Parts: sequence; C-alpha cells; structure tokens
Amino acid sequence: MIKLLEGPQTLGRGPVFWSCFLAVLAGALIYPLFADSYDVGNFSYFLIWIFMALGLCLMWGYGGMLSFGQTLFFGIAGYAYGVLAINMGGGTTTIAALLLSVVIAMIAAGILGYFMIWGGINGIFFGIVTLSATLVLAFFLGQTAGPEWHIGDARLNGFNGMKGMDPLAIGSVYIEGSALYYVMVALIVIVYLALRMLVNSGIGNVIVATRENPQRAEMLGYDVRKYQLLTFVLGSGLAGLSGALYTSWGQFITPSSIGLPAAAMPIVWVAFSGRSDLTATLVGSFLLLFGFQTITVYSQQAALVLMGALLLATVMAAPQGFVLGIGKFVADRLTGRGKRGEADLSAASTLKTDEA
Amino acid sequence: MSLVEVKGVSKRFGGLRAVSEVDLSVKAGEVHCLIGPNGAGKSTLFKLIVGLFPPTSGSILFDSVDITAERPFARVQRGMSIKMQAPSVFKELPVLQNIQIALQERTSGAERAREQERLLELLGLAQDRTKMAGALSHGQQQWLEIGMALALQPQLLLLDEPTAGMSPEETFKTGELIKSFNAEGMTVLVVEHDMAFVRQIAQRVTVLHLGKIFARGSLDEILQDEQVAEIYLGKTHAH
Ligand SMILES: Nc1ncnc2c1ncn2[C@@H]1O[C@H](COP(=O)(O)OP(=O)(O)OP(=O)(O)O)[C@@H](O)[C@H]1O
Ligand SMILES: [Mg+2]
Repeated sequence: MIKLLEGPQTLGRGPVFWSCFLAVLAGALIYPLFADSYDVGNFSYFLIWIFMALGLCLMWGYGGMLSFGQTLFFGIAGYAYGVLAINMGGGTTTIAALLLSVVIAMIAAGILGYFMIWGGINGIFFGIVTLSATLVLAFFLGQTAGPEWHIGDARLNGFNGMKGMDPLAIGSVYIEGSALYYVMVALIVIVYLALRMLVNSGIGNVIVATRENPQRAEMLGYDVRKYQLLTFVLGSGLAGLSGALYTSWGQFITPSSIGLPAAAMPIVWVAFSGRSDLTATLVGSFLLLFGFQTITVYSQQAALVLMGALLLATVMAAPQGFVLGIGKFVADRLTGRGKRGEADLSAASTLKTDEA
Repeated sequence: MSLVEVKGVSKRFGGLRAVSEVDLSVKAGEVHCLIGPNGAGKSTLFKLIVGLFPPTSGSILFDSVDITAERPFARVQRGMSIKMQAPSVFKELPVLQNIQIALQERTSGAERAREQERLLELLGLAQDRTKMAGALSHGQQQWLEIGMALALQPQLLLLDEPTAGMSPEETFKTGELIKSFNAEGMTVLVVEHDMAFVRQIAQRVTVLHLGKIFARGSLDEILQDEQVAEIYLGKTHAH
C-alpha cells in the first residue's frame, strides 16, 4: 500500500519530495499558533475548495472526463447537509449529516454517471450534459423562495439560500476556529494520500488507460464503463465533501454557489495548476484561491476577470498547467536533468478536453 | 473442435456490405490465415469477432457459446485478444506501464515482475521501457501491441497485419514467435498480405473477397486456384 504513494501517475518521489511534504505539513500545523483567528478561519475557507479541485483532477486529468458538474454535487451535498443538520438537530449528529450528505452526492453522481456513461456520452458531450444538470439545479433552487419549499424544518429560500443549520459539532462543542482548521488539514492529507495510492494502483492504471485509449483498454478485458463510473462518483463525491464543509463552515448555502460562474471555477483552478497531477492541483488551487480571495477584498469583478484571463493564458501558454510546468522544471534542475525537462515541456500537447 | 464459429455473419455500413454471409470456423490449436485484397472485409470480420461492431445479421460462437450479444471486454475475458491493424497502444504512457496494464489482471507480485521482464526481452523493448509508447517506431508499436495481446495468455490470438512495417528478418522472427506460441496450444488467426509469411506459419488459409468467402484450404491448394490468383495474387504482383 505505502509503495503506491509513489508511482508513474504522480510527480514527486524520493526523500527530497517527502521532506518538502513534511515541511509544508509542519508549517500548516503550527500556523494557527502564530496567526490570528480571523486568518485561520480564512485559511480553512480556502481549504474547503481543495477537495473539489482534487476530484476534478482525478476525473479530468487522470480519467479524461471533463465534468462541469463539480458545483452540482457541491450543491447537492451542501443543501443536503443543511437539510439534515436542521432536521436531525445539532450536536454530534452534524458529523452524521456531513457523511450522509457526501453519500447523497455520490449516489446522485452514480445515477447521473450511469446514464451518461452507459448511454455512451463522452468527450465534449460529457461536459455539456454535466453543465446542463448543474444549471438546472441552480435554476430550480432559485425558484424555491416560497414557504411551500421546505424539507422538514429546512426552508430552501430561493436565491437567498438556506440558513440556520448548525456547524459541525461534537456534543455541544462547535468545531470551529483552529479545531476546524486542523480537521481540514487532516482531511486534505488523507484525501491527497489516498488519491495518490488510488491513481498508482491497478485501478489507476486502468483509469489512465481509459483516458488514453478506451477501446484498447476494453480489448485488454476491462469494462471501462465501470472504471469511468467509479472515477466520476469519487470525483463528484469530493465536490460533495467541499459542499457539505462549505455549508457547515458558513452556516448557509445559496444557489449562486452552484450556478455558472461558480461551476467554471474548478475548471480554472485545475487547468491552471496542471490537471494531470494531484500535487500540482493541490498546490496550484490553493495559490489561486488565496490570490482570488486577496483580490476579491478589493474588487470581486477584478477577481473574476483575472480568473478568466488566467484560463486563457493557461490554454495558450501552458496547456498542461503552470504549476505542473514549474514543478517539473524545478524537479529536473534539482536532479540535474534540465535537458529532459525542457523536452517534456515542449512535448506537452494541446489542451485535451475531448480525448475520452 | 472449433474454437470460433462465425455463422452467416454480415455487416453493412450504410449501403456497403463490408462482410457478407460469412461462415468461418477456426479450429482449436491451429494457425489460420485470412487473406484477401484491400477492402475485402478482413479487419471488419476481426472487429466483429471481438465485438467492436455488432453484426447486421448472423451469429458468432466462441468455445461453443454464442457471444454475438456480448460486449468486447466480456469476450476478451473468455480468452481472446487482438492486435489491431492500426497500432493501438497507450501512446502517452511508458512502454512498461503499457505492459503492466495488460498483465495486472492475470498476475501479481513477483510473478508479474518476471512476466514483464520476459515480455520486454521477447519484444526487444527492454531498453525502451521508460519511453512513451507513442515515441516508438511503427514497428516497435506493433511489437508492443502484440506483447500486450500475448500478456493476456489468450486461447485465441487475433493478429491483424502483424508484420506491416517490419523488415524481412523481423517478419521471420514474428513468424517463429507465433509458431512457438501455437506449439504451446494457442490458436492464432492472422490477417496477412505477405505470402512468404503466410507460408511460414499458416496451417489453413481462407480467402476473403468483396466481403465473401472466396476460397479455403491449405496455402498450396489456394495458390493453385486460378481465380484466387486473379483476384488477389495478380494484384499483389502488380504492387
Ligand atoms: N467503420 C466503418 N464505417 C464505414 N465503412 C467501413 C468501416 N470500416 C470499414 N469500412 C469499409 O468496409 C470495407 C472493408 O474494410 P476492411 O477494413 O474490413 O478491409 P480489409 O480487408 O481489412 O482491408 P485492408 O487490407 O486494406 O486492411 C472497406 O470498403 C471499408 O472502407
Ligand atoms: Mg484491414
């Protein structure tokens, strides 16, 4: 198992890489001791979105399935957390609400994925169908302002969104501030390492094989539909985890966290970072979220325009992703293989959105 | 005892009958060659056998089981594998990983490592294991794909023009390789244009022309058939 942490599907191996990993982790762990609680809370907020980015990286970068549906499952789990937390009461049941809402998102992904994949939808149409489903949910939730739209005690509240659910708690103690931060860091470490093991395992081999050439993968005896469905359910489930954490963090969720601008965000993060590598996605998404938040403080419009510009720049200048490119470059310098690195970068081909 | 039975199979593409009322039986343990001019429907027949297309009519049996409605992966799991005409490897994955993907269902641990080394040696790709498969020459990609098909240890191996782009020495070596696997019990169905190669390996030959079975028998019987010479060999001489 441990051996799978390194492998052909993930960049970063050997003592240098893992030392860096531990150093960053140590930095993350002592950070709350030095920062004020407002900044720690903000930090937790950036970390919420990382799961969604990693899930898209798995689906798009590894599986070749460009899903526009990350905010769909983010929204399903986000609203599910609200409904469950409100109806089940607060306290420790919020933990169950969190887990259940992720399961609900995965079931929804299983159903949608089943019809898409068994129906033979792939390439650009996969993006179109997932985007449509996302917009339908956002539109629907926007129409639910009336008092008749409620599930148990939870009012959906249209555009204003659902509120009044408890945050995550154990007994009567809310998990917030530094405690929440540590929970986030732990979850990210677990998810990141588990995904590394997954993609370097035999299953990961089939996932990338399916991306490269689904017909050949099938000709080796693999039912590629099952692997695609697994990838889609896991990737969407991670978006669900982001959604449930988001609702619990802010104690509200609105349809605007599902709709078009929100739906495009994960694509930008992952494309910019380098969709073909988990580590690049992790680091890149964090940097972007951090930068985005910093700029949003001054102007939200400017932040959105910047995101668009970054996506364009990525497509034109570094189709395999900026963070990935820089990471490879640095790694090659360190190991004295500079020549090869440059060859790798220039060999990187165009942005492959429809290779499945 | 036939391993594969194709019964009255037709395949239409729009108005074109690429394969028409074909009956073909491949005996367990033989090396059977399928020959015929370009566009005769050989590759289409292969794809029908592995299930990449559904036939317009007719049925296909493998090991006496009707597999006409089965998905390709299920047929592969029954014990067939194919090397297609156009190289079809995982181009942006390293050679070694290509082999591993083919091996991983059947083997694990030390056995997999041993098999993988044996295959890389056999294919002459041991030096190129870290190269991306797409960076190999056309001939090497063919070898790699043959290796991946062999890694499944199929009962039936389908090879669509395995020697295209190979030198005469490589072609001969491929022929000997096929014979050695056949000696261990593997049934092999090969599409080939190279008559010397067919002579080297074939126990039985079927000629396909305009989607129909035109002749069948030993290579010598077929070469004596004047009509075959006309539709097929005449053209190959003209090349
Ligand atoms: N997917 C397809 N759609 C439409 N027509 C096709 C398709 N595949 C093959 N054909 C047509 O069917 C006929 C038979 O093609 P096929 O590839 O089976 O011939 P072949 O005997 O393998 O020829 P070659 O020796 O050139 O490989 C050709 O006329 C070809 O154009
Ligand atoms: Mg052909």
